[in-house]
Amino acid sequence: MAEQRRKVATSVNGKDYEREVDVRLSLADFLRHEIGLTGTHVGCEHGVCGACTILIDGQSVRSCLILAVQATNQTIVTVEGLATPQGMHPLQEAFWEHHALQCGFCTPGMLTTLVAFLRENSDPTEAEVRDAISGNLCRCTGYQGIVAATLDAARKMLAAGEKA
Amino acid sequence: MKPSPFSYHDPSTCDEAVDLLGSLDNARPLSGGQSLFPLMHFRYVMPDHVVDLNGVKELNYIRAQSGFLHFGAITRQSQIEFSEDVGRVAPIVVEALKYVGHRQTRNRGTIGGSLSHFDPTAELANVSMLHDAELDVRSKSGQRKIAMQDFGKGFMTTDIQDGEILADIAFKVWGDGHGYAFEEVSKRRGDFAITAVGAMAELGPDGAIQRAAIAVSGVAPVPFRLAAAEQALAGQRPSHELIRMAAIEASKAEAMSDAHVDASYRQHLARILTYRALERALKRAAEKQRG
Repeated sequence: MAEQRRKVATSVNGKDYEREVDVRLSLADFLRHEIGLTGTHVGCEHGVCGACTILIDGQSVRSCLILAVQATNQTIVTVEGLATPQGMHPLQEAFWEHHALQCGFCTPGMLTTLVAFLRENSDPTEAEVRDAISGNLCRCTGYQGIVAATLDAARKMLAAGEKA
Repeated sequence: MKPSPFSYHDPSTCDEAVDLLGSLDNARPLSGGQSLFPLMHFRYVMPDHVVDLNGVKELNYIRAQSGFLHFGAITRQSQIEFSEDVGRVAPIVVEALKYVGHRQTRNRGTIGGSLSHFDPTAELANVSMLHDAELDVRSKSGQRKIAMQDFGKGFMTTDIQDGEILADIAFKVWGDGHGYAFEEVSKRRGDFAITAVGAMAELGPDGAIQRAAIAVSGVAPVPFRLAAAEQALAGQRPSHELIRMAAIEASKAEAMSDAHVDASYRQHLARILTYRALERALKRAAEKQRG
């Protein structure tokens, strides 16, 4: 089947969506413009800045380098899906406490990248955290607060027996 | 920017994929998309048809069998990075993958995509050279094998022809006792390498080098092996002078120059990184021998 428009049926943050879109539409633009989830930010549109990072089946990926049509039948989590009705994700709390954001543009990508990272590595070293965010550019913080927040969130979740 | 309009095809078998690629004009196979999408976004590449291989599940596997480690072309880099089989039989691949982009791109990027894109600094091309990979290429009219040595034809140009796709990549496996090391210099973590060197070595019971392989990336448009140095290493006992000889050999290659990096700096890095990679590979081989 070949076409320039196609139906996308996908689950985002636990909710099912169905839209007909141009096949050239990126998943990032689909999330922002088709279903209105503008938490995912689009910085460079060519896979360098990491701001558009989302989770597909729990794996961090750049949503600007995937077509919306490729997301059919996938399970997507965006930054909007990290908090629960009970409150923010522990990593979000830690970002707040440690001033891990200033302008906030990189924050959605940092959070999604680091949540996936902490699920694999619940007790990381500082060097491991820095490596984990090597694909995410932040032009405000100098990364210091982001690293401190991640280490603190990991410690707190570990102490509370919680999983990222 | 946004890519120019194209038609999208999502075959579920390899036969369907090569039929499409063989019959459509200006069609591009799409694997992980971590290099192709940036090129399409910049409109350096404007295909009329995109043939998405992500649904071709038969091209996603890692298999160790009869002296070879086989990768299906659309096997994701992170699958390879965390594969126990790969860590056991071809550990340099895992070490090299740590330098390939970032976790987010490795979660999507594939081995076949990286080899087909063929950036001169690509780590996976380097380790494919080291392991004398045999590439299986398919098209509507059949299949053929290409030796990795003959795969690169020039800057970002491979022997893959229109209508063909890479299907299987088979690494020749070395013995359990081999040592290995991958060294790279880039401006930032995860950036394209300026120069990268991979080395593997096997020692005989007397401690002499039985076999060595060294591959240099980022210096020339196509990665290359240091065949003369490899030959000179065989039969010798590891020493500073011997490693230095290989390193100097590496720095003699004609190097590329661009707006960021001078040819002489690439040659300098080739020498330093060859020394480090070979030294570490030999050390690892010696440690394994001691058990």
